[in-house]
Amino acid sequence: MALSRFGRSSTGDGEETNGSRPAARYSTAGLVRRGLSGSPWPRAWREHELASSYDVVIIGAGVHGLAAAYYLAHNHGITNVAVLDKGYLGGGGSGRNTAIVRSNYLTPEGVAFYDRSLQLYNSMTEDLDFNVMFSERGHLTLAHTDSALRTMRWRAEVNKLQGINSQVVTPDEIKALAPSLDTSSHPRYPIVGALYHPPGGVIRHDAVNWAYARGADAMGVQIHQKTEVTDLLVEGGSGADGKGPGGRITGVRTTRGDISTPIVLNATAGWASLIAAMAGVRLPITTHPLQAAVTEPVKMFLPTVVVSGSLHVYVSQTDRGELVFGASVDPFATYDIRGSLEFTEELAGHVLELMPALGQLRLLRQWAGLCDMTPDYSPVMGPTPVEGFFCDVGWGTYGFKAGPVSGEQMAENIATGEVPKLLEPFVLSRFAAGALVGEKGAAAVGH
Amino acid sequence: MLLVPCPNCGPRNASDLRYVGETPARPDPRSTTSDAWRDYLYIRDNSAGWRTEQWYCRVGCRRFFTVERNTSTNDVRPSPLPRLAPEAPGR
Repeated sequence: MALSRFGRSSTGDGEETNGSRPAARYSTAGLVRRGLSGSPWPRAWREHELASSYDVVIIGAGVHGLAAAYYLAHNHGITNVAVLDKGYLGGGGSGRNTAIVRSNYLTPEGVAFYDRSLQLYNSMTEDLDFNVMFSERGHLTLAHTDSALRTMRWRAEVNKLQGINSQVVTPDEIKALAPSLDTSSHPRYPIVGALYHPPGGVIRHDAVNWAYARGADAMGVQIHQKTEVTDLLVEGGSGADGKGPGGRITGVRTTRGDISTPIVLNATAGWASLIAAMAGVRLPITTHPLQAAVTEPVKMFLPTVVVSGSLHVYVSQTDRGELVFGASVDPFATYDIRGSLEFTEELAGHVLELMPALGQLRLLRQWAGLCDMTPDYSPVMGPTPVEGFFCDVGWGTYGFKAGPVSGEQMAENIATGEVPKLLEPFVLSRFAAGALVGEKGAAAVGH
Repeated sequence: MLLVPCPNCGPRNASDLRYVGETPARPDPRSTTSDAWRDYLYIRDNSAGWRTEQWYCRVGCRRFFTVERNTSTNDVRPSPLPRLAPEAPGR
């Protein structure tokens, strides 16, 4: 193990200025005590002064960045870590996704990766002492054409070989699973079958962010919100400014001052290209917004997650009864995260095609998040040509469901200096080598 | 709604067009290295702010054309470049 290259420096000064201890474990007894006494709950994570140096700086306090910080501390004992975010914790894709998790992917590399993530999600409530409300309700990917059905069969076979519960079901079986779906031959795109994946489900995405933040904070990781990175300090690179391939990370410049650090992890999703450019690294990524919407709450009627690739829509019902709709990414690259009425109209039309009974349901609100799309729909993870600069980006539309495993694998990569086996297929150098991992066929919706 | 000015058809909604995006200069296949070629295929600047990009007039005149767009605000203005960037010599 290469752990010795990290100083186990104490975070003592942070605690002195802050004056509070990490939160105690949540328990029923604690809930009753607080309920009766009315005393306020302590904050789940603390605020700190920005120190002048850290062993590891993680840019992006979303599920990927926070999970990496948590596993660095928990699995590898590296606690002198700062997680920086220009906004608030979980305010990017981690709080904007539709919270669906599944592992029924198309490539063996992808299936192994997402299956590990699902395992971590399954035990997360116990592991992190935080109720993430994982609802394992099953996941239906509808096929409306013969070719879509063929891809479903392919995916089911790949999944079965790796021990993933995944099977092709007929329209009658779909009707039994989700009676509100129109499985007749009347719609423009009749449902001809589906890939059914019982271990898939939905989870409370904010709780996942908070759980990792609380867990990391309790072990000494510092979370700095409203701290924007304005530049990365690199020396010895091949570029004119000393940045670029062959260089070495020496620090981070932020809106709250400079930090010296030998290791930076870029976990900034849609903004990944801009952060990487600060180190002189260019990525195969374009940034597209993805729009989602939610309806007013109604009585529970949709027991599974329903996805239709041909209609570019995925639907699930929350525990409150709202229907959450997600769409494909917008057709042009932009950093603007406003949505358009056109999209909402199109999305609503597609949902009605699946479930005509929803005609009177009103939309509550609509929003968008930024997706960092890669040419092969697989992520860009691991080391870059700049020493000490790591990436966990390029997640496109799969980022949330891969959060835990990405954090775990990136932590191992950073702590040991070696690329873990699960992560190997997704390194940046695969593009130069021509070894792409085509995962478009497993996209929930056509992009 | 995003209005993009087609040189022939005037301002059209983005849904009438197809987004092509950044078009890096194509290296000469006879002299390029595989690294440079794969950079050309995959690597993108993906910058925030004003940049030059290609669109295709899908339902109108079927012409490829160039515009400048601010990727942070989606403001669009015509580009002085008339159409696709010229290919590298030797094609």
